Amino acid sequence: MKRTITAVSVVFLGLSSAYADITAPNDVSFEDGAVELSVTGAGGNAETGRAVFLNRKQGNCLACHVNSDAADAPFHGDVGPSLDGAGDRWSEAELRGIVTNSKMTFEDTIMPAFYIEAGYNRPLEKFAGKSILSAGQVEDVVAYLLTLKE
Amino acid sequence: MGLKPVLALATGMIVASFVALAEDSANLVIEGETIITTAPAPDHAENLDEVFSGWLFRSKETQALQLDDFDNPGFVFVDQGIDLFNAVDGSEGKSCAACHENVEDFAGLRTQMPRVVDGDLQTMEEQVNACRTERMGAEPWKYSGAQMTSMTALIGLQSRGLPMDVAIDGDAAPYWEKGKELYYTRVGQLDLACSNCHEANYGNMIRADNLSQGQINGFPTYRLKNAKLNSTHARFKGCMKNVRATPYAEGSAEFKALELYLASRGQGLAVETPSVRN
Ligand code: HEC
Ligand code: HEC
Ligand code: HEC
Repeated sequence: MKRTITAVSVVFLGLSSAYADITAPNDVSFEDGAVELSVTGAGGNAETGRAVFLNRKQGNCLACHVNSDAADAPFHGDVGPSLDGAGDRWSEAELRGIVTNSKMTFEDTIMPAFYIEAGYNRPLEKFAGKSILSAGQVEDVVAYLLTLKE
Repeated sequence: MGLKPVLALATGMIVASFVALAEDSANLVIEGETIITTAPAPDHAENLDEVFSGWLFRSKETQALQLDDFDNPGFVFVDQGIDLFNAVDGSEGKSCAACHENVEDFAGLRTQMPRVVDGDLQTMEEQVNACRTERMGAEPWKYSGAQMTSMTALIGLQSRGLPMDVAIDGDAAPYWEKGKELYYTRVGQLDLACSNCHEANYGNMIRADNLSQGQINGFPTYRLKNAKLNSTHARFKGCMKNVRATPYAEGSAEFKALELYLASRGQGLAVETPSVRN
């Protein structure tokens, strides 16, 4: 069962990326909530990351966060803190940890884990066994967050 | 930066949202009658101090639509409910009115639903369909279809202004416990429980939406989004799909239990049927 799920998600990731060294969601290792190693083995693209951040079917981060850098996009939520200056407050590894699985940093948080493919209940069938973001998208979002300086 | 400062920040936000809400709150007065939109939380809603109607969280424009029955688009469907109430249907050649002379006799009923009848938890929709199938020899209506929501709106309207007051003890207790468990269970790819949004974050904006407590005192609700009346179970389904969860079925044991639990969390809030939401 687990094997097929992993195989499916590798195919899924394969569509959008050609990274040599992808760490599957289940294999990511955390230290105090942070993830030291890039999950693609490479750096991310901040510009693509901004698009993923804004996309309602991908990051949809504005649902819960204000971000002045995206002032041109409508409707910023305030369930979470403003992300202005997030790149000053957190290291790259900490941000990677927060995007991958924020529950490792903030216990019981409402913020979804964007790079897990198991451990949630009753997913709609089309999302079962998948992570919200691909490895490449995680790295792109992390690269973008690092540009958010006060 | 560790866990504590952020948690403190989150608590600060909730306090701030209370203030924002208090400033915004207006009075819901319909046809000269004041409808209660806040009440002290019942003891069994242990994480709330006060309960608030979803009406308080909507924009001024949306709120206004509920102030006058002529402006309230839900009343088109209430009128259809009146026609259905008087329409003969089924093998027995009877209308609802044949046995229930005056629909006003249903005053107070909405406040007590869902309720346990002969050991089973029964919703308003099930009561209506029981009369249709067992007493009229008619086909059951679709759980959230236009005929059903028109009828439940008509019946609910008879209790408008009366406080919600469902029974949760005795043989209702196991259903209530089950509903409570569902309320706090995270589901879907986004891994969220009803409580994450409607208990921990009401008063906060999620995108363009001001999160309410997810109360059900206004159901069925006319939504501007789909321009029709929406049943409680259809709303639950929508919220589950939004977190990318496979919803339970309308009329399922799970949604009935959740409805009982939510009704009890709104104890003291007045019935607003048919309410208007976005
Ligand atoms: C459902 C709401 C929600 C969504 C969607 C969400 N977050 Fe969060 N986020 C939160 C909350 C709430 C916190 C605060 C932590 C806590 O106490 O739970 C937070 C915290 C953070 C933090 C640390 C904040 C700081 O600087 O102190 C970062 C960074 C972050 N989120 C990034 C993101 C990104 C990037 C996305 C989109 C990929 C995202 N969030 C989507 C709710 C959300
Ligand atoms: C043949 C007679 C008959 C017909 C026709 C009938 N009912 Fe009933 N209904 C009853 C009886 C008997 C009860 C149970 C006794 C009671 O509580 O009034 C009942 C109970 C109810 C109740 C619960 C009342 C309460 O206070 O607990 C509702 C609501 C209701 N019916 C709605 C309807 C609707 C709507 C229709 C038409 C779709 C309908 N009924 C058609 C006989 C009928
Ligand atoms: C991601 C956040 C989120 C989650 C989780 C969520 N909802 Fe909602 N819900 C909303 C939003 C947004 C609305 C529309 C604005 C409002 O009334 O809060 C809404 C509206 C509602 C309403 C309508 C309230 C009214 O006044 O008409 C009900 C009832 C409701 N939700 C029940 C539930 C239930 C039951 C669950 C759990 C199965 C749930 N919600 C989970 C976001 C959520």
